[in-house]
Amino acid sequence: MGKTGLRLAGALLACAALSAPAQAQTEYRAAVLRVDTPGPLPISRLDLPPEDLGFAGGALGTADNATTGSFMKQTFVTEDVLATPETAEAEMQRLLDGGTRFIVVLADEAMTVRLADLAGDRALLFNAGASGDVLRNADCRANLLHTAPSDAMLADALAQFLIWKRWDEWFLIEGIHPEDTALAGAYRRAATKFGAKIVEERVFEDTGGARRTDSGHVQVQAQMPVFTQRAAEHDVVVAADHAGVFAAWLPFHTWEPRPVAGSGGLMPVSWHPAHEAWGAMQWQTRFEKQNNRPARPEDFQVWMALRSLGEAATRTTSDDFDTLVGFITGDSFDLAAFKGQKLTYRDWDGQLRQPVLLSMGPVTVSVSPQDGFLHQVSQLDTLGTDRAETGCTRMTARED
Amino acid sequence: MTRFTAALACAALTASPALADKIFVSNEKGNTITVLDGTSFEVIHTFNGGQRPRGITASPDGKILYVCASDDDLVRVFDTETYEELPSLPSGPDPELFVLHPSGNPLYIANEDDNIVTVVDVETRQVLAEVPVGVEPEGMGVHPDGSIVVNTSETTNMAHMIDTTTYEIVANVLVDSRPRFAQYDSDGSHLFVTAEIGGTVSVIDAASYEVTHKITFEVPGVVPEALQPVGLRITADDSKIFVALGPANRVAVVNGETYEVEDYLLVGQRVWQLAFSPDGKYLYTTNGNSNDISIIDVASNEVLKSVQVGQQPWGVVATKSN
Repeated sequence: MGKTGLRLAGALLACAALSAPAQAQTEYRAAVLRVDTPGPLPISRLDLPPEDLGFAGGALGTADNATTGSFMKQTFVTEDVLATPETAEAEMQRLLDGGTRFIVVLADEAMTVRLADLAGDRALLFNAGASGDVLRNADCRANLLHTAPSDAMLADALAQFLIWKRWDEWFLIEGIHPEDTALAGAYRRAATKFGAKIVEERVFEDTGGARRTDSGHVQVQAQMPVFTQRAAEHDVVVAADHAGVFAAWLPFHTWEPRPVAGSGGLMPVSWHPAHEAWGAMQWQTRFEKQNNRPARPEDFQVWMALRSLGEAATRTTSDDFDTLVGFITGDSFDLAAFKGQKLTYRDWDGQLRQPVLLSMGPVTVSVSPQDGFLHQVSQLDTLGTDRAETGCTRMTARED
Repeated sequence: MTRFTAALACAALTASPALADKIFVSNEKGNTITVLDGTSFEVIHTFNGGQRPRGITASPDGKILYVCASDDDLVRVFDTETYEELPSLPSGPDPELFVLHPSGNPLYIANEDDNIVTVVDVETRQVLAEVPVGVEPEGMGVHPDGSIVVNTSETTNMAHMIDTTTYEIVANVLVDSRPRFAQYDSDGSHLFVTAEIGGTVSVIDAASYEVTHKITFEVPGVVPEALQPVGLRITADDSKIFVALGPANRVAVVNGETYEVEDYLLVGQRVWQLAFSPDGKYLYTTNGNSNDISIIDVASNEVLKSVQVGQQPWGVVATKSN
């Protein structure tokens, strides 16, 4: 009896062995690691982060890869990991120990660097969350690519549009948080780069407290005009409010009737649910059908990261880590991502080149780079830190 | 006496357009179909094409016009003589491009949102099959003998070869990024697939399904990322391949034997789709951002003129006089 059982198992094993080569599926494993830091609520309830922020974009990227994979005998598995600042490194360690080598990270700048250093040459990380320029310069890492546009790219994208409009006198209002200061720096740099003049600068204090109170707009309506009065003559108000403390309240509350841009009003973003050009409608429809909500920039940035892996898998048909990474960062890579031209990674800082949408609520107002801003290599390199200006010295470490 | 004959001749001339070839242009934003006279190139009629008309084709006898009304999720059907709307065809969601079997039936439709190709009988208006393909199916081509229909999927970056009797995919050919359009040459030995973001045209051997050549483009003073191949047509003698280059505002003329680009013809803005006149003498281009079509003399590679049509012209087809 026992013998028969064994034999049967043997026969089953033989069957399994026979069928395995016929399938010969290659599995590509990735993870999306999101590190949530507790903080105040956004000013607008429309900006409340959905629970599946970023993961939803990852799910679509994985599904898109899997559809292509079905023709290539390739399967794609993505693990979603939600962490706190306290658990993030342990989760990264767990992923590395489990052999996951492509990891998309949604975290702040400091945490992103810590996770990249923890991963070392065991994994390729995609930064899909942090926009800080320091990550593309002094704190860059050879194992860290960026699908999130940098503050410099976003600021340059807005600056080109404002210059095209001939609104070249700016009133810059910045918040007090370090990331606001960094963003204001990006706007100052953009102004110098494209010939705008910052005629007035003010700092908006964050007095803390609840962001939202019933009829809070009554006070705002009185306070914001006072805060913005007697500024030097300007064409536009530019807000550097990464922390989301005040910029949403600026439009229509400025002392002078001037448009608002930056962190409020007309905003430079990698993605917006209203974007429909270049086939984007298809992406939006697919995303909304799968996730029952409009997409956020973080979702799109995670999607681009996982699609980069998918492109490498399709084009190389390899499961060798170095081959895949070499393809993604090499000359033959290009990503079609509904922005009207191919996207590629800059070899000097790992940043994904991409057009930036200028959005305000229901429609895409414009897309930068604007016509007339030329570049000797790629017009996309008019946005952000160009090769000659980079402060990144670590990108070549991988090849050494 | 002389004057009288001249007047008669004029009357004969103005009456003739009713018998002439016609050009039908789908205007994506205008939601209209513009009809032009194929001899005088004058706009002779405009009619409602449904919501967001894009893909447009005609039956082999030129009597029936099919239009992908993308936002209506159906194929609208019109009489090319009376412009009367006939019963619509089911299309699956968001139809963009389609191709008719050489016999005129069935119609193969790419459904961008659902990753399928829908096969519809144009007589019974029944869906015959739904074939799962890659992400964002777009371009559709059919082998001249009708045995294989090709679909390109824009995010999967493949040409899927579908057997028209079994509806099974017999081969998947990887091409460059965002393949837009697929067209066989006249004897069906080669398949040409444009890749909008990749910037190339893949030449595929129709028997081995191997990519045997890639056509690339280069225009002085135009940034490489603006050279985006979209629509493609091949002359009946296979001597010339015309490729619409989208935001480069040019149509490339490619030698059908050497695959060398011989000329770049400046047309309107964001040139999208192409169609030959029934006699093959003219090539028509839709120029989406300048709201016009360009008319190219095929023999001399000369752009003869441009004619204003509706808002954001997308597709074009020409029919023979009946």
